[in-house]
Amino acid sequence: MTWDQMQQLMWPATWETLGMVGIATLATLAVGLPLGLLLVLTDKGGLLQNPAVARVLGVVVNVGRSVPFVILIVALIPFTRWVTGTSLGWQAASVPLAVGAIPFFARLVETSVREVEPGLVEALQAMGASTATIVRKTLLPEALPALIASLTTTVIALIGYSAMAGTVGGGGLGNLAITYGYQRFETGFMWVIVAELVIIVTALQLLGDLTARRLSHRGEHAGPLALLRTATAKPGARDQDPVSSH
Amino acid sequence: MITTKGLTKVYRSRGREVTALHGVDLHVREGEVFGVVGTSGAGKSTLIRCVNLLERPTSGTVTVDGVELTALPGDEQRAGRELREARRRIGMVFQHFNLLASRTVQQNVELPLEIIGLDRTQRRRKAAELLDLVGLADKARSYPSQLSGGQKQRVGIARALAGDPKVLLSDEATSALDPETTRSVLKLLRDLNRQLGLTVLLITHEMDVIKTVCDSAALMRGGRVVESGALTDLLADNSSRLARDLFPLGDFASGHPGRTVLEITFQGDTPAQPFVSQLARTYQIDINILGAAVETIAGRMVGRMRVELPGAHADNVVPIGYLREQGLQVDVLDFDANGAAA
Repeated sequence: MTWDQMQQLMWPATWETLGMVGIATLATLAVGLPLGLLLVLTDKGGLLQNPAVARVLGVVVNVGRSVPFVILIVALIPFTRWVTGTSLGWQAASVPLAVGAIPFFARLVETSVREVEPGLVEALQAMGASTATIVRKTLLPEALPALIASLTTTVIALIGYSAMAGTVGGGGLGNLAITYGYQRFETGFMWVIVAELVIIVTALQLLGDLTARRLSHRGEHAGPLALLRTATAKPGARDQDPVSSH
Repeated sequence: MITTKGLTKVYRSRGREVTALHGVDLHVREGEVFGVVGTSGAGKSTLIRCVNLLERPTSGTVTVDGVELTALPGDEQRAGRELREARRRIGMVFQHFNLLASRTVQQNVELPLEIIGLDRTQRRRKAAELLDLVGLADKARSYPSQLSGGQKQRVGIARALAGDPKVLLSDEATSALDPETTRSVLKLLRDLNRQLGLTVLLITHEMDVIKTVCDSAALMRGGRVVESGALTDLLADNSSRLARDLFPLGDFASGHPGRTVLEITFQGDTPAQPFVSQLARTYQIDINILGAAVETIAGRMVGRMRVELPGAHADNVVPIGYLREQGLQVDVLDFDANGAAA
């Protein structure tokens, strides 16, 4: 197989993969983010404390995360048909991808939001903020670096899933690797595709890390100047009460 | 300005009940700095969090600036609109500052103004004013992680003042700071109290904080207020535990049998009189000074001295009477019974 032949097959497949992952990511954000927030807010002690809702959401998310993805694809065929009008092609594949990624992302959102200092929520309450304001002004902005990292993990997991979706008629790079590389013994082509996936995944991870770091204003990422100051002056030693630090 | 009546808070978890507050009555007058002091677990943190209803008291009422907050609708998680509006007029500063790491210093100060709904220009102007007031105008664009603890607390104070509150609640605001920074933050609180007529309710476990800034104080123990009042009154009362803690002369093992130990407390102008030498001269007695301290508390000079006179109590009735005539508060410590035996 020549490089030209490979390219002719690879580019459309790349767009298919990026297409289904892109759509699935948007859907995951739209549903998974509120779902993750609700997991935190409705939990015991949360701002919208509601044990019944919390339990139902917890069960839904756990079931969603337990079903193996291959089974999810098949089980969702009627739903996929209803949404996209077909069960084949990359558009159709984005439906099970999204459904599979939503509970995964929701749990990551939950963990990220829980990391926000409860004291900040309290400070906002003391200022007379409503629950919506607290979510908008504190929980989301303070969790943003962690949320970006969660999203990166989710997108990369989606690329992995997309290969599986490819094998059952979803198209994309995964499909190409199986049909040409594996079934037609074009081992070289298979490795080219794997290399392309590695590049995509690495680029995404790098982009995610960089964005998260840029958005984080906590001490460790405060920039070279602040780092220099910490190294020379050790302000922490001076500012802490010896009693309370024990 | 702040009144609590019969404030009780019971925590229930897994069938066990812990009572953090047992019917606390507190009255903070307008324009004063009121300190609540106690060891950890005494309930002072619960008390201050009940004042703006971050925690709902199990029973009792809280009234701030004429509004009975406990009567407003809402529960611990969700405050009703009226309570939220009332909270905007109560500033609060926290032990661990609780600044948003994602916002600059200026944006942190603007946050309460965003909640109130001021527009961008007004917010900027107000934030600049406040940062100037707390001496951090040059740090407006820094992030909290780039500030020292004392600077963070100043930002916390500026933020608490953004809504032009009449009342400031301070939850161990200086407990995470070193002594020097503590002093400067306390001075700031004192200045704000004077300049803005701000009523301050603070809780602390450090007697020094009470001594430095408070007009009045309450001592909490086991969820109860065991003593409270204006510092000057408390200091004049020799039975006051708080006064003793505020102004300790140190433990002192025992007097000698057949001698009289006096504790003399003076306030205001009285230390100007050389009463010890006058006493010695007038009655020809030898006075042994066991301990003495003079401090400025609540803006007044207060001193306490422990002296030993020869002879039993009965022999010293006349000199004691003389001291009392000078306007001094004299307490005879009865060491003969216990001290000599020990």
